[in-house]
Amino acid sequence: MDILRFATAGSVDDGKSTLIGRLLFDSKAIFEDQLEAVERTSRDRGTEYTDLSLLTDGLRAEREQGITIDVAYRYFATPKRKFIIADTPGHIQYTRNMVTGASTADLAIILIDARKGVLEQSRRHAFLTTLLRVPHLVLAVNKMDLVDYSEARFDEIREEFTAFASKLNASDLTFIPISALHGDNVVSRSENMPWYEGSSLLHHLEHVHIASDRNLVDVRFPVQYVIRPHSATSQELHDYRGYAGQVAGGVLKPGDEVLHLPSGLTTTIAAIDTFDGPVEEAFPPMSVTLRLSDDIDISRGDMICRPNNQPQAAQEIDAMISWMADGVKLQPRSKLIIKHTTRTARALVRDLHYRLDVNTLHRDESATSLGLNEIGRVSLRTTQPLFVDDYARNRLTGGFILIDEATNGTVGAGMIVDAH
Amino acid sequence: MLQRDYTTSQLDVLEAEAIHIMREVAAEFERPCLLFSGGKDSIVMLRVAEKAFWPAPIPFPLMHVDTGHNFSEVIDYRDRRVGELGARLVVASVQASIDAGRVVEETGRRASRNRLQTTTLLDAIEEHEFDAVFGGARRDEEKARAKERVFSFRDDFGQWDPKNQRPELWNLYNTKIRRGEHIRVFPLSNWTELDVWHYIRREGIEIPSIYFAHSRTVFERDGMLLADSEVVQRGEDEPVFDAVVRYRTVGDMTCTGAVASTATTVEQIIDEIAATRITERGATRADDRASEAAMEDRKKEGYF
Repeated sequence: MDILRFATAGSVDDGKSTLIGRLLFDSKAIFEDQLEAVERTSRDRGTEYTDLSLLTDGLRAEREQGITIDVAYRYFATPKRKFIIADTPGHIQYTRNMVTGASTADLAIILIDARKGVLEQSRRHAFLTTLLRVPHLVLAVNKMDLVDYSEARFDEIREEFTAFASKLNASDLTFIPISALHGDNVVSRSENMPWYEGSSLLHHLEHVHIASDRNLVDVRFPVQYVIRPHSATSQELHDYRGYAGQVAGGVLKPGDEVLHLPSGLTTTIAAIDTFDGPVEEAFPPMSVTLRLSDDIDISRGDMICRPNNQPQAAQEIDAMISWMADGVKLQPRSKLIIKHTTRTARALVRDLHYRLDVNTLHRDESATSLGLNEIGRVSLRTTQPLFVDDYARNRLTGGFILIDEATNGTVGAGMIVDAH
Repeated sequence: MLQRDYTTSQLDVLEAEAIHIMREVAAEFERPCLLFSGGKDSIVMLRVAEKAFWPAPIPFPLMHVDTGHNFSEVIDYRDRRVGELGARLVVASVQASIDAGRVVEETGRRASRNRLQTTTLLDAIEEHEFDAVFGGARRDEEKARAKERVFSFRDDFGQWDPKNQRPELWNLYNTKIRRGEHIRVFPLSNWTELDVWHYIRREGIEIPSIYFAHSRTVFERDGMLLADSEVVQRGEDEPVFDAVVRYRTVGDMTCTGAVASTATTVEQIIDEIAATRITERGATRADDRASEAAMEDRKKEGYF
């Protein structure tokens, strides 16, 4: 059994909470005491139906105001897979949360109300999903019961969205007509839509192929921690020196020739250690410890790769930035802390090329700053070289966060588009 | 061409993520510690720590906030496990906080030291200058926890501000704090109760005996079975009886209920949990029943 992480975007109006509630309920991930609490609260508030959004809206302020203010993580499992849902609010003021939820997602579900069709917010959700390179996108056309399960209406929405998505480089796009309220095509195929020949949403989630979404080609091992037991009692352990980290790309094997950055020196992998014994190969997302044949000075923040396949060692970086700070804005000359893989440096904003309207995709080149929930293309110069790939090639070596030196807050997320 | 499908099992993915989190803390903080109660989540967390730094020893101490109302089987287990690992254990005592006048013991039938633990915990964090504190909390446990970050920032007063949390993207964690502040780190955030039990089975980890069915003198309160003990105030309208029970969570004796069960192996526990329709905290924790936002309120004050 493997794990599928998926993000859901939409508002209560789209039936998102109902959909999640149904997935959780039908997979028995909602328990009786949780359901009782939700029913009690719904009654207390005078709501006529059991408001399943109360399951995900966990904070007092959210329940009081009937809104979702943050990313909530929910869990369920079927015999096929374990699922982690990043449930994100869909309104424009929560772009930050959607970017956060999408950053680790294998798949995103965008909900569309069949009566309303493709709205501005649907386009925004699709754009953010592709900006974050979520490998699989599902467009769930919901409330099909309210359009008489019409195939023509479904086709119309599909064509409109497909035309828009072609501008986005959306990778794997699947359309599923559903009714979350009645359960049509959610867990099992609907008898109300015999014209639909695809799988139910849950069946799709269970079977979508994700193993090859990880980059298994470019070997990237950011050194996270150096393990040196310094044992006084064991000679073998006294000299032990292992480089611990989580594989960010490629497949590593003992005997492979590897190159260390920043030194540029080559050596070979002597062994790949784990607590449970040495392994014959390591690939994402394994956390392992490498031992190397030669004594090279290696520390946290360094990168191990292959001699003929190296990341860019770059101090000049172009990236799409999603700005997440409430008060302070990003503007040219801003100085920030940048954290990329296991390396932390300082960064200077050299240029803001444009701000992107996340609804129309219009580029405003006259913009002079990025505020909360705004996205733009930025050039940065860093105090140290970072070992980077384009985000499109590897999300782990192409993504970074920006931290405000004054407040220590995480103020931005970056997706690298060019580096030198 | 790739010759095989590089699928990774859910336990391996969760373990790799937790190891990554632990190494990140060890690399970026000066004085981390790991909260170890002898409960199943902290047992799993300790195993992951063992794996993350092997063959070196775990590079930080363990801390237990001892209410003085713990199950003796769990304290025995705690000391045995700490001995095996050769780890350093810091015990922060709620009794000592009471004796020092830092907190006042609750009275009455529902008296519990659950809430007092927060002061003891925060005092210990300050005294030892811990800047990162590992906790075994999981997001599936409770709805306030479902919104908490893996690296959860705490201010000078140890408080959690749920509306002002740092965004957390990819596997990049912001570890920046000022002196006096700290980060609570939850490596098991994405694990479910069943994942924890599957991991215990896979790893063959020993757990305290009270997790398995045993005969115990109990009484019923609010639909829960509480152990009859001198630390639990029992009314005359609460008669005791003997029952075969096990504990699904391990906390303070005053607020942790047992469930009727005949499960004597990890395998049977897994079958039982897979079939249950009640969450572990709903079934066994009086502390969460106080109100809809009981956990959120305690967490804001600095609770685990």
